[in-house]
Amino acid sequence: MRFAVPLVVFVVIAGFLYVGLSRDPRHIPSPLVGKPAPEFSLPTLADPSVNFTPAQMKGKVWLFNIWATWCAACRIEHPLLVQLARSGRIDIVGLNYKDEDASASQWLTDLGNPYTTTAVDKEGRIGIDWGFYGAPETFVIDQKGIVRHKHIGPVSPDDLTRTILPMVAELEAESS
Amino acid sequence: MRKQIYATSFLRIVVATVLVLLSSAAISQENVFSEDGPSDPELAKVFKELASELRCLVCQNQNIADSNAPLAKDLRREVHEMLDRGDSKDQVIDFMVERYGEFVLYRPLWSVKTIALWLGPLLFFLFGLLMVWRLSRKPTAPVFEPDEASLAQARELLAADTNKDQTP
Repeated sequence: MRFAVPLVVFVVIAGFLYVGLSRDPRHIPSPLVGKPAPEFSLPTLADPSVNFTPAQMKGKVWLFNIWATWCAACRIEHPLLVQLARSGRIDIVGLNYKDEDASASQWLTDLGNPYTTTAVDKEGRIGIDWGFYGAPETFVIDQKGIVRHKHIGPVSPDDLTRTILPMVAELEAESS
Repeated sequence: MRKQIYATSFLRIVVATVLVLLSSAAISQENVFSEDGPSDPELAKVFKELASELRCLVCQNQNIADSNAPLAKDLRREVHEMLDRGDSKDQVIDFMVERYGEFVLYRPLWSVKTIALWLGPLLFFLFGLLMVWRLSRKPTAPVFEPDEASLAQARELLAADTNKDQTP
């Protein structure tokens, strides 16, 4: 009985610390999930006279990947994206964020181009609309243009097979 | 003499402490990137308030006024432009929360989710007060009231003791 109060206090504090310390502070839940993908119209990397807008992807489940050549973590996930694109499983649209067109094109030539289209966000304004803060970021967007999932940091094979692809399959099944 | 030495070194410590505190206050006062704000003094004031209340998401323990991260710079630009367009402080805050979530606010909103955050410290304080009150109220050891017999015994012992002292 004498120890009941200190024990309860200890357990409560230990519980809070356990949960708090095992969380990744860099992972901020996106308020965008469940909401329509922010609209924009930006020139594409391949041909600046042609614009890309998310509305063009209506009716498809697709991935939106924000990347830059100055982003080291983007290089880590890049081979996986290339592999995913080659499998033809899903369309990936890139947003080249605050980058040089020349180095971006060079990167895609050297490392492979997983993107059906790459839009160019020179000033980073569209990035802000998407709540972007840590390259790379990957969004799953459904047929109606609703953001269903946001992944922050490089996508690992595990993230892909355990979270992203099952979700894509589920979304595709929903509509058919 | 010695006392005086102590006094001067104590004074030195006090002066040094005060100086350090003042200088850190001066540093925190300075809005490193306030030049990114509007030139209009009224708007500049709102800009400063906003920039110090919005969190930089890249370097999470800095506000966007203090951070030199590229994202912080972009967010300052965004705030600046919104203010120039005539948007209110609340509109800027809504804009940021819509995109980055409530995490972007250093001062959390009042809601069911944040109620523990706001009231937690008060609860801890009240709990502390309760403990202080309970501990101070604890009955002290009962006051010992010697009866005549034990007083006599005590006198006897004291007398014996004094006698012993006097014998060389």
